[in-house]
Amino acid sequence: MESVVFIFSLIDCCALIFLSVYFIITLSDLECDYINARSCCSKLNKWVVPEVIGHAVVTVLMLISLHWFIFLLNLPVATWNIYRYIMVPSGNMGVFDPTEIHNRGQLKSHMKEAMIKLGFHLLCFFMYLYRLEW
Amino acid sequence: MAQPGAPTGPQRPYTNGPVQNQLMHSPDGQGYNPAVPGPYPHQAPAKVPPHQSPGQYNYSGSQNVSQLNNYQGPGQTLNRPPVPAFSGSPVPQTGPAPQVLLPPALQNSAALSSAGSFPPGASPPVLSNWQYSQPPVSQPLGAQTSHLAHGPGPGSAQPPSSLSGSTNPPGSYQYAASPGGPQLQNSYMKPAPPPVTQPLTPLHPPRPPLGPPPVGGPPRPPTAVAGPPNAQSLLNSAANREGDAASAASDGSVVQNSYDAIEGGGLMATPHHSPAAPNLKMNRSVGYSYPALPPGYQHPSPPGAPGMHGAALQYPDGSKHFHQPALGTNHLTASMGGLSLQQEGLRPVNLLQERNILPTTLLKAPVPNLQEDIQKLNCNPELFRCTLTNIPQTQALLNKAKLPLGLLLHPFKDLSQLPVVTSSIIVRCRSCRTYINPFVSFLDQRRWKCNLCYRVNDVPEEFLYNPVTRVYGEPHKRPEVQNATIEFMAPSEYMLRPPQPPVYLFVFDVSHNAIETGYLNTVCQTLLDNLDLLPGNTRTKIGFITFDSTIHFYSLQEGLSQPQMLIVSDIEDVFIPMPENLLVNLNENKELIQDLLKTLPQMFTKSLETQSALGPALQAAFKLMSPTGGRITVFQTQLPTVGMGALKPREEPNQRATAKDIHLTPSTDFYKKLALDCSGQQVAVDLFLLSGQYSDLASLGCISRYSAGSVYYYQSYHHKHNPVQVEKLQKELKRYLTRKIGFEAVMRIRCTKGLSIHTFHGNFFVRSTDLLSLPNVNPDAGYAVQMSVEESLTDMQVVSFQSALLYTSSKGERRIRVHTMCLPVVTTLSDVYLGADVQAITGLLANMAVDRSVSATLSDARDALVNAVIDSLSAYRSSVLSIQQPGLTAPHSLRLFPLYILALLKQKAFQTGTNTRLDERIFTMCQVKNQPLVYLMLMTHPSLYRVDTLTDEGALNINDRTIPQPPLLQLSVEKLSRDGAYLMDAGSVMFLWVGKNCGQGFISQVLGVPNYGSIPQNMTHLPELETAESIRTRAFVSWLREQRPFFPILYIIKDESPLKSSFLQNMIEDRTESALSYYEFLLHIQQQVNK
Repeated sequence: MESVVFIFSLIDCCALIFLSVYFIITLSDLECDYINARSCCSKLNKWVVPEVIGHAVVTVLMLISLHWFIFLLNLPVATWNIYRYIMVPSGNMGVFDPTEIHNRGQLKSHMKEAMIKLGFHLLCFFMYLYRLEW
Repeated sequence: MAQPGAPTGPQRPYTNGPVQNQLMHSPDGQGYNPAVPGPYPHQAPAKVPPHQSPGQYNYSGSQNVSQLNNYQGPGQTLNRPPVPAFSGSPVPQTGPAPQVLLPPALQNSAALSSAGSFPPGASPPVLSNWQYSQPPVSQPLGAQTSHLAHGPGPGSAQPPSSLSGSTNPPGSYQYAASPGGPQLQNSYMKPAPPPVTQPLTPLHPPRPPLGPPPVGGPPRPPTAVAGPPNAQSLLNSAANREGDAASAASDGSVVQNSYDAIEGGGLMATPHHSPAAPNLKMNRSVGYSYPALPPGYQHPSPPGAPGMHGAALQYPDGSKHFHQPALGTNHLTASMGGLSLQQEGLRPVNLLQERNILPTTLLKAPVPNLQEDIQKLNCNPELFRCTLTNIPQTQALLNKAKLPLGLLLHPFKDLSQLPVVTSSIIVRCRSCRTYINPFVSFLDQRRWKCNLCYRVNDVPEEFLYNPVTRVYGEPHKRPEVQNATIEFMAPSEYMLRPPQPPVYLFVFDVSHNAIETGYLNTVCQTLLDNLDLLPGNTRTKIGFITFDSTIHFYSLQEGLSQPQMLIVSDIEDVFIPMPENLLVNLNENKELIQDLLKTLPQMFTKSLETQSALGPALQAAFKLMSPTGGRITVFQTQLPTVGMGALKPREEPNQRATAKDIHLTPSTDFYKKLALDCSGQQVAVDLFLLSGQYSDLASLGCISRYSAGSVYYYQSYHHKHNPVQVEKLQKELKRYLTRKIGFEAVMRIRCTKGLSIHTFHGNFFVRSTDLLSLPNVNPDAGYAVQMSVEESLTDMQVVSFQSALLYTSSKGERRIRVHTMCLPVVTTLSDVYLGADVQAITGLLANMAVDRSVSATLSDARDALVNAVIDSLSAYRSSVLSIQQPGLTAPHSLRLFPLYILALLKQKAFQTGTNTRLDERIFTMCQVKNQPLVYLMLMTHPSLYRVDTLTDEGALNINDRTIPQPPLLQLSVEKLSRDGAYLMDAGSVMFLWVGKNCGQGFISQVLGVPNYGSIPQNMTHLPELETAESIRTRAFVSWLREQRPFFPILYIIKDESPLKSSFLQNMIEDRTESALSYYEFLLHIQQQVNK
């Protein structure tokens, strides 16, 4: 049972890592002018919901399988993801809005966020791996 | 579009027609053949920009730049002390004296011999870089004199006391020495007069060491020109002209000229046609043109007011600023004259005690502290303005100053004089793509160094030929290098597709509500009258769509006897009923179009349809326009109710007064998405909202905001109930239709390496990091950007900013309009404050506050505005003022800052506590974002004039009309007198308040009524009487109106008028029920600052 939970988490975590890398690559493409804001944002917004779900699933799974420490570790990030998704103003085109991404250093903060998430997911990845073998 | 480096836009090929399969369902069975892919034909072949003859360079003689070579002469030992006072003195004239001709090494040693007198702490310059670094400014006179054989006469020695000069560390004056490029140093700062863009030909010896700047005549009120200061600058110019062979006789005139130039403040204002003059000017150092204050500023404090705190108080750290050597008395007086003005900018002003800080003329932009010949080339502040005319060297310094750093632009402003260059090559930096400009430096004839990224570029062969003078080998005299504002005719590399034809599509709301307002009559009539004046050429196309709950298209096919209406009722899935003839050539189908415009207002008079399908109509318009791009003009009178983009009323009228829970954010992303689609296809949407009820401008406005359109709002427009609005609409529509327009434009703003732009304000879409996509650009739009200092600007003396706007003119030419501005870099906080441009700061803060109120709340935005004042004044108090004075002190440059911020807080966009309609508030916010600074300031802080006592004294004379220039009054009821009549000019509205005891003369001769009681309640026009008073008043009012693109309604009000409250609300300095008076506001700030 335990191993099933962690194998699933591991796979999910891999997906989230890939997603974070994709976010970082796309944002840096925008930074370097390889793509324009419109297409960058529509690409990224497509993956915001999968990311929220993917992370929420692991978190819930950890709660159900009573891994408190891992659950509490995941909770803040999952909450932030959901909060960010819910708090998008009605007039915006998603978490990433092409009309605002170049303003007020938003691009940089998105980038920073994606980096932090990447680090977090890597940490989780090794944690799951360790638990799996143990 | 074709701006290199940014071809990333989602451009569809030009030939993509609107292939609409749905057309098959066309309800009216238009014979549309789906097999025809509906290609929009190329209306015209790619138009090659006509080559213009050299004669087209109408660049003005005003910007003449001198022949630098003359100056590079060996005699230019700048650190020479001023020479004795006679300009004819043989000593200076023969100046290329032996020591000047010495090779650099000798020069250096000569200079070093004086190093002993350097003040402690200032290390004598190393030999090798002596040429490029400036000896310490505080160098006593004795040191300087050792360079010259002739000693300083008592009448000639200039104290090297200059604010900016002495506060800079040694060496910072000269342009940073670049390794390996010894000769290129152009010095940009005032103290060193050598010119810009000056190719040092191999003949030129290395520049001799530079010395402290002679303090010259600072700007003075015009009356002072002939006085002692003049003599003073004569000295200076004589002193600095040693190598110059110019005759002494011209000295006086030159100095006079230059004084005028400074006084005028305008960059392009003073033509110098005399060939000798420019030469002389180059070497003349007239001291500091800082701050060029309008006369009204010179003595802002009444005699005896605390403003005259005496030198001791004014310059607390005077020891730092003024190393005043012992001087003869002559000297002292002369230099004191300079001092008082120079420091005006930094003189602390006790705001609580100085009542009358408002100048009596409109505030001018501060003049950057640059060497004068560079400043002369600098961009006009109306086009390009920076909040800090002294750029702080590091982000830390900027943070300390607590002032925002940003640019305000009005790039497409109508200009009376604009040099246009038609050239096969456009010279640009190879790495950063900067256009060559007056602030680049020429290393030699064949190489130039970019002033933004410092890359060394080659000068192309063709560029060596100067088409103006027809001389070969003078790249530095080409118009590109002589004008900070210039327009290039772009070759085909700057096009992604053939230049588009001008295409105008008009979309009219014809629901019952719209017909009721009667706007269609006015608009169609105005359009009819101005059809021939629409900017365009033979390719101009025009089309019309009307909509209520369905969408109506008009086929204007050639050969039809009358326009044919096609109705599309499927608003869920909009399609274009026929592929052609909906947008038709204006010239070829003019009769049919006129026919349509005449019948249109009558067509819907019986309409009972109340629904409005704006969203689908816009989608249809977009589909119609997307193959070509162009301009969509939408007239809307109510909330869109059906189809895509339908909106719900969100305003709660009884909550209008509070700042909480008001809906400033769009309720849907439909309009934003559509606007971005439009932007991608080079379509701009301009919105005319004529509505009595809430129409959710917050959502609707997005359509214009992101497609680079403009928004016009006529609250409660009705042809009968609100007739003044009709005239306003007519006038503004006329301007709108006939003004210049640029299509498929992009704008890029570049700045010197180290600075970076992080936020943009205005109507456009930021397509990539620094590329603004502007499907249309119009001359009435302003933009703002915020900047930060990413890397410290060490070793840089100046920084430059360049905006380049690439557009297609209505004649089908691709053009690039380039503005370049150059500003000095400073290292001390006091210099940053000295160069603060209070109007630009206010304008930028207003833009930031709009963003803040949308992203957070209105009260957050208001707090942020107040905090901006508190933070900057406390930073000033704690870091610059060393002697703490009681009261609220502000640097002179920021003395109006609290007043302007208070005015912003009382402006419709940000005010609370009053009954402001949501749409009106949002419209004002749109204006803040989209208006050029001049109009924004007028709307924020209206101008008040007394008009019953107008005289011709000091009047302007324009085209044989005499326009009186009454002084500005403070916006306080205390300045009103019952015996007078006052005109308040608030930008988009004017009030003429007539006092109860106003002179009979004014009432009968200007207003044309027998007495005060018979002034009608709703008078909005001045009668055309043939009395002198009437002519004067009308000339003044119409002059004010002519200067702006919108038409302010003039309301004539008296004490019992209902509009009196609006008038009083604009009295910024007075207290209202919900807002503080100016004095209370100052007290509040003082409390916070002194905490």
